[in-house]
Amino acid sequence: MDSERKIRVLVAKPGLDGHDRGAKVVARGFRDAGFEVVYTGLHQTPEQIANAAIQEDVDLVGLSCLSGAHLYLFLEVVRLLKEKGAGDITVIGGGIIPTDDIPKLKEGGIKEVFLPGVPLNKIIKWVKENVKPLRVV
Amino acid sequence: MFSDKTLTQARQGLKNWFATIKEAKSDDVSVDKRLSTISDLEVKPIYTPEDIKDLDFASDIGYPGEYPFTRGCQPTMYRGKIWTFRMFSGLGSGEDTNKRWRHLLSEGETGLSTAFDFPTLMGYDSDSPRARGEVGKCGVAIDTLVDFEILTKDIPLDKVTTSMTINPPASVMWAMYLAVAEKQGVSWDKIGGTIQNDMLKEFIAQKTLMCPPEPSIRLISDTIEFGTKYVPRWNTISISGYHIREAGATAVQELAFTLADGIAYVQDVIDRKRLDVDAFAPRLSFFFDSHMDLFEEIAKFRAARRMWAKIMRNRFKAKNPRSWWLRFHTQTAGCSLTHQQPYNNIVRTTSEALAAVLGGTQSLHTNSFDEEFCLPSEFAATIALRTQQIIAEETGVINTIDPLAGSYFVEALTNQIEQEAWEYIEKIDKMGGMLAAIEKGFPQREVANAAYHFKQQVDNGEKTVVGVNKYQAKEEPPIEILKINEKIEADQIKRLREVKQARDNRKVTQVLNGLRAACKSDKNVMPYVIEAVKAYATEQEICDVYREVFGEYRDPGYF
Repeated sequence: MDSERKIRVLVAKPGLDGHDRGAKVVARGFRDAGFEVVYTGLHQTPEQIANAAIQEDVDLVGLSCLSGAHLYLFLEVVRLLKEKGAGDITVIGGGIIPTDDIPKLKEGGIKEVFLPGVPLNKIIKWVKENVKPLRVV
Repeated sequence: MFSDKTLTQARQGLKNWFATIKEAKSDDVSVDKRLSTISDLEVKPIYTPEDIKDLDFASDIGYPGEYPFTRGCQPTMYRGKIWTFRMFSGLGSGEDTNKRWRHLLSEGETGLSTAFDFPTLMGYDSDSPRARGEVGKCGVAIDTLVDFEILTKDIPLDKVTTSMTINPPASVMWAMYLAVAEKQGVSWDKIGGTIQNDMLKEFIAQKTLMCPPEPSIRLISDTIEFGTKYVPRWNTISISGYHIREAGATAVQELAFTLADGIAYVQDVIDRKRLDVDAFAPRLSFFFDSHMDLFEEIAKFRAARRMWAKIMRNRFKAKNPRSWWLRFHTQTAGCSLTHQQPYNNIVRTTSEALAAVLGGTQSLHTNSFDEEFCLPSEFAATIALRTQQIIAEETGVINTIDPLAGSYFVEALTNQIEQEAWEYIEKIDKMGGMLAAIEKGFPQREVANAAYHFKQQVDNGEKTVVGVNKYQAKEEPPIEILKINEKIEADQIKRLREVKQARDNRKVTQVLNGLRAACKSDKNVMPYVIEAVKAYATEQEICDVYREVFGEYRDPGYF
């Protein structure tokens, strides 16, 4: 029997922000939940993230930013993925994000935004319900 | 510390007390249930003289200003001088920040503290492609001395001390401060302040990264040596646990890793600069977190002082009592603040500030309630400052020094935290010291594990965070938050272009060449950096020299 393909996630830290506690906790939560997880480490440009997402053949990209630069950085990742023909990869984000910016992020292609304090299983549940493995075996 | 009679009575009394409770069959929280601090240190329902029977008053507790300083560094503590109200602050441009600084000073803050934006923290100019979207967003943008002059306009550097949270480019920001002091006609022996300048904790936690560990330490030793010679009132390093704690460490880890970092720095200055330990140790300073578990934090601060005193006197053989002092700044825990029901954060900050004061901090920053959304608004920052002022003026906790000394619980907890921290330090020593431990990924993994453990505890309800996993609000009215001027990036880029056009570019090339040569030798880089900033070299131009000579460090991405 063909077992379900695992969801493959790239957890990424765009820009100069070095606050990685949240991203790492989420990455670990995803791994414990059975997803395949690649963590980019810090200080990635949107270009590097988009390339990594394609190279690593992921279904989902999770972005984290606590420096206030999320509007530019997150939407730039979405734009680059589309430009490179990988617009079907789901992109979600989290961090220190004013409530007013969430609609702008969603309009720009961020599928969901998870704010501080959200339980890990809520994010995991969302991913299982909204992200399907894209890769063809 | 107690007579045999007291201890016998305590033991028997405790047995009776337990027996009474078991009989009462209460539905309340059972005394058998394991309760713990936020760092998961078990806390007993009651403490008695038995718990501190091995303590010796004179050698373990003693008096403030006397070895081992458990009760405080300075003999008079707050009876002599209240801690400095030092609010970490920075936003947008030099003008924006100067305005906020003047507001806070006029509202009674007694020391300045600088928050830089990410490009500045990472050694990039506002026009760098890496800076796109980041300029002025989480602190002030400083590209050249021009920005720094604007930042410090009308601030008398001989009358106020300034702390700067800056790490890889610390030498650059400090050089700018020194240059501005000169321009104000204030001699360097009159200025006081702090540069954070602690790279080891960057590799562990804060992650403003530039060059690899070894050259990073060299730059730090250069600044310490320079300060020792020319800027005697300056704390050239703030050995920090705050960021380690914020990244998820326990209180014990925060303490142990900070002191282990301190040991590494002291050893490097002695080895590399061949300075006598007493020549520089009195100007080492520290920076801790103050988190939500009130007593754990108080105990941690007391243990910190006692441990550092022992390290400096016994391990490094320092003779000057000032070398044994652990002077520290504290910030209330940013990671304890919630996005949900943000006004609750005022209460959190108050409790954390109280812990820092009861723990004997020399200087304190209190977080604003809106920081889960954005940089603090003026309104929120003022409340945070008032929090300190109310504690100082209205609660009476400053009336007596180290009021919790002698508490069976607090002394027992101080001992326990000290004991567990020593175990970590021994472990790190066996690995070859903190640099080696960092290379192995040891502190990073400990912190990541602790962060994940705590998240699991909150998610499964074992630890409560009000408003997040208990007492949630159905609806949250929006709060007004600070809006950073969107034009700042364009304005900074324009200003930078103008500076580059107006300056003597040949001189800039010349001074940068001088810096490059100094970096390649074992000369102290500071004089060259000062020359460079005076010639209006940009921060990135100087840091690019560092990157070129020393290489760049990449975050290994442990999780």
